[in-house]
Amino acid sequence: MEKEILLKMTDISKAFPGVKALDHVSLDLEAGTVHALMGENGAGKSTLMKCLFGIYTKDSGQIFLEGKEVNFKNSREALDNGVAMVHQELNQALKRSVMDNIWLGRYPKKGLIVDEAKMYKDTSAVFEELDIHVDPKRIMSTMPVSQRQMVEIAKAVSYNSKVIVFDEPTSSLTEEEVEHLFRIINMLRDRGVGIIYISHKMAEIKRISDTITIMRDGTHVVTKPAKELSNADIIRYMVGRELTNQFPEKTNKPGAVSLEVEGLTAQYSLLKDVSFQAREGEVLGLAGLDGSGRTETLENIFGNATRKSGTIKLRGKVCKNRNPIESIKNGFSLLTEERRATGIFAIENIRDNTIISSMKKHLRFGLLNSKSMREDTQWSIDAMHTKTPSQETKIRSLSGGNQQKVIIGRWLLTEPEVLLLDEPTRGIDVGAKYEIYQLILDLANRGKTVLMVSSEMPELLGICDRILVMSGGRLAGEVDAKTATQEEIMTLAAKYV
Amino acid sequence: MSYFSRKRQEYLSLDQVDRRRFWTDGLLNNALYILMAIFIIFTAVSNKNFLSPSSIVNIITLAAVSLPMALGIGGCIVLTGTDLSAGRVFGLAAAMTAAFLQNRAATKLIFEHLPNANGGWILLVLLVVMIVGAIIGMVNGFFVAKFSLHPFIVTLATQLITYGVILMFFQINGNGGGPISNVAQEFKNVVSGPAFRIAKWNVSIPWYVLFALFLVVIMWIVWNKTTFGKNMFAVGSNMEAARVSGVNVFMTTVLVHTLAGALYGFAGYVEAARLGSITAATGLNNESDAIAACVIGGVSFVGGTGNIGGIVLGVFVLRIIFVALNMLGINPNLQYIIKGAIILAACSLDMRKYLVRK
Repeated sequence: MEKEILLKMTDISKAFPGVKALDHVSLDLEAGTVHALMGENGAGKSTLMKCLFGIYTKDSGQIFLEGKEVNFKNSREALDNGVAMVHQELNQALKRSVMDNIWLGRYPKKGLIVDEAKMYKDTSAVFEELDIHVDPKRIMSTMPVSQRQMVEIAKAVSYNSKVIVFDEPTSSLTEEEVEHLFRIINMLRDRGVGIIYISHKMAEIKRISDTITIMRDGTHVVTKPAKELSNADIIRYMVGRELTNQFPEKTNKPGAVSLEVEGLTAQYSLLKDVSFQAREGEVLGLAGLDGSGRTETLENIFGNATRKSGTIKLRGKVCKNRNPIESIKNGFSLLTEERRATGIFAIENIRDNTIISSMKKHLRFGLLNSKSMREDTQWSIDAMHTKTPSQETKIRSLSGGNQQKVIIGRWLLTEPEVLLLDEPTRGIDVGAKYEIYQLILDLANRGKTVLMVSSEMPELLGICDRILVMSGGRLAGEVDAKTATQEEIMTLAAKYV
Repeated sequence: MSYFSRKRQEYLSLDQVDRRRFWTDGLLNNALYILMAIFIIFTAVSNKNFLSPSSIVNIITLAAVSLPMALGIGGCIVLTGTDLSAGRVFGLAAAMTAAFLQNRAATKLIFEHLPNANGGWILLVLLVVMIVGAIIGMVNGFFVAKFSLHPFIVTLATQLITYGVILMFFQINGNGGGPISNVAQEFKNVVSGPAFRIAKWNVSIPWYVLFALFLVVIMWIVWNKTTFGKNMFAVGSNMEAARVSGVNVFMTTVLVHTLAGALYGFAGYVEAARLGSITAATGLNNESDAIAACVIGGVSFVGGTGNIGGIVLGVFVLRIIFVALNMLGINPNLQYIIKGAIILAACSLDMRKYLVRK
């Protein structure tokens, strides 16, 4: 039976000075289906959605919602008409409570007074429906990203939306939370909601979606039922070329023990008694659920969090690493989890972003030498294959993958021995991910010790040598990446929960 | 291909909508300069004296007076902060300078046993008042960095404390709060005396204009060519990322405020020579002009943006407006309203450039 077409976008075009961002793209969304939208960064997925929500004005084309032409001027108007979006990068009022965020802009009122009791009741009702266990009065900033994301989803549902767009919803979720999200999505689908699901993750898309539309360079490439597309097909359509392997060949050979961590315990987080060794030229993975202490382990090694006890040795020498400055001197570097919040200096240019950690090298008579800074930056751009128009480009205008390359380059210029990478491929498209993997392996090949946290298990299995699994702030076990399975890791991850 | 022919090609490739945007954007992004040009032409036509050499030199000297403070406050704004204590620190420095460098032959002296105003003493006093300014700045920076207090709160407090110190200073030796005057002529000669004359136009440029020029060069180097400058922009742009990148956030914050304090001290020193008589109210609200100049010049409160050239421009824009309003004979009460409106308009126009368009 033909399903009713809920949302119809036809021949949408949008150009920016110099770029054709969308070239006559069409998309039909049927009620009660999950329609996946795939494509590399810059393929035009986000632009298409921004045209739908009126964040951009489309140059041409039409949008029909249940057969009626619509032209939303802003996301609020879209929401009022039952079209909601769960954004990849959460824009929430972090200092406010969960329910304040959900009812923002439409607080229930009793006369002139906001009806807090009703807000609480309604929020609880939505949470119960979605099986979300969060106190509606909790302050947003005290919750992990994954829970904040759930709140965002609950908000979309609370508008009784007919169409919900999910933009990379799982990039900050653990496997278990992804399962939860999928239960919610399935429930919404059964209710007849039309869902547009934007993601890079192949396995996820294949599981959850009914139809897949693939875009490339602002054009529509193909729309097919999910069953008829294999992973290889999808990659081929997305990249426009064959990409046989998701991971580069592992060529690194772990050598002598370089990093020894003994009884690492944090002062202000749950991290307790973590001990392990890592070798030169080894890629050591850190797996575990969100909040299991993976990030905390890296932060405590780097001195970015307060340590209660424990010793860190590099090549037999004790490193105190009381703060990042000292750690960098000792040969450590940390790629942080939230790139936008703690990685990049968004409004500064590529060069300043590159040399910030290694400025001392460029001092001549106390002043910075522009020539040597340019040379180092160029080295970083070339070595990382960063795609940027110039060194003077502001970093915020680069794609996530290229921003990440700039930061990795920043760290390499400090000539580190140990690289602590926290979710190095989060929010990065397939092609760029492959390049980041290659970079990580190259580092190992040059004898560096790499510690890598990731929520994507295939990625850990694909490029690590060994994987440490964390659970409830402790080390739950260690597996060999060559022989381990995802089930094995999951079992360990649940050990101390 | 030359720059212009490339731009021309780019323009020709745009469609109707984007061409219109090109013009409106160009117009709005440069609106400040266009409006200034119109304003200057209008004033010059209404009052022939406005563009006379002596009036231009007057504008330059007035700008030179307010530049040091703006250069100091600019750094605080880059750190997403501000400094409300600037005017009072300036006042304290001016009062101390005047008291230390009084004419020894005068009848009423604040300090009775001081050397005559010779070269070494004049220089030493400069050093002392800059250090006093730096110490107050350091206190500001310390509380901002150590306790994560907003600079607004910290400098509001130090503003009051400094004012208290000023009032006590004016009581020394039975002065009873009266103005400190009779500043030594030797001192005036080397600070506000003429550095050189332009005989053709019959105008002379005072020394402090050259001092201000020197400070602009120094501050440009500090902002653009030192690790401290780069660190300052990094901290202003993303403090957490700066910390992780190995920037000493604490030191950077303290130093920015300390440097600012030293610059206010310098500005107060010049003021003492220029006016020759200092009261407890000297410097009151001076920071608001300095902040306005910075913001007009593109040092955004968003943090992490701004440059020295912009600050210089901002100071000049503000001075030109003040002088022009006087020359146009505008009612002084109305002048405040116009100044306020201009600051609002200038900042709104400037902010357009930093907004991320969606």
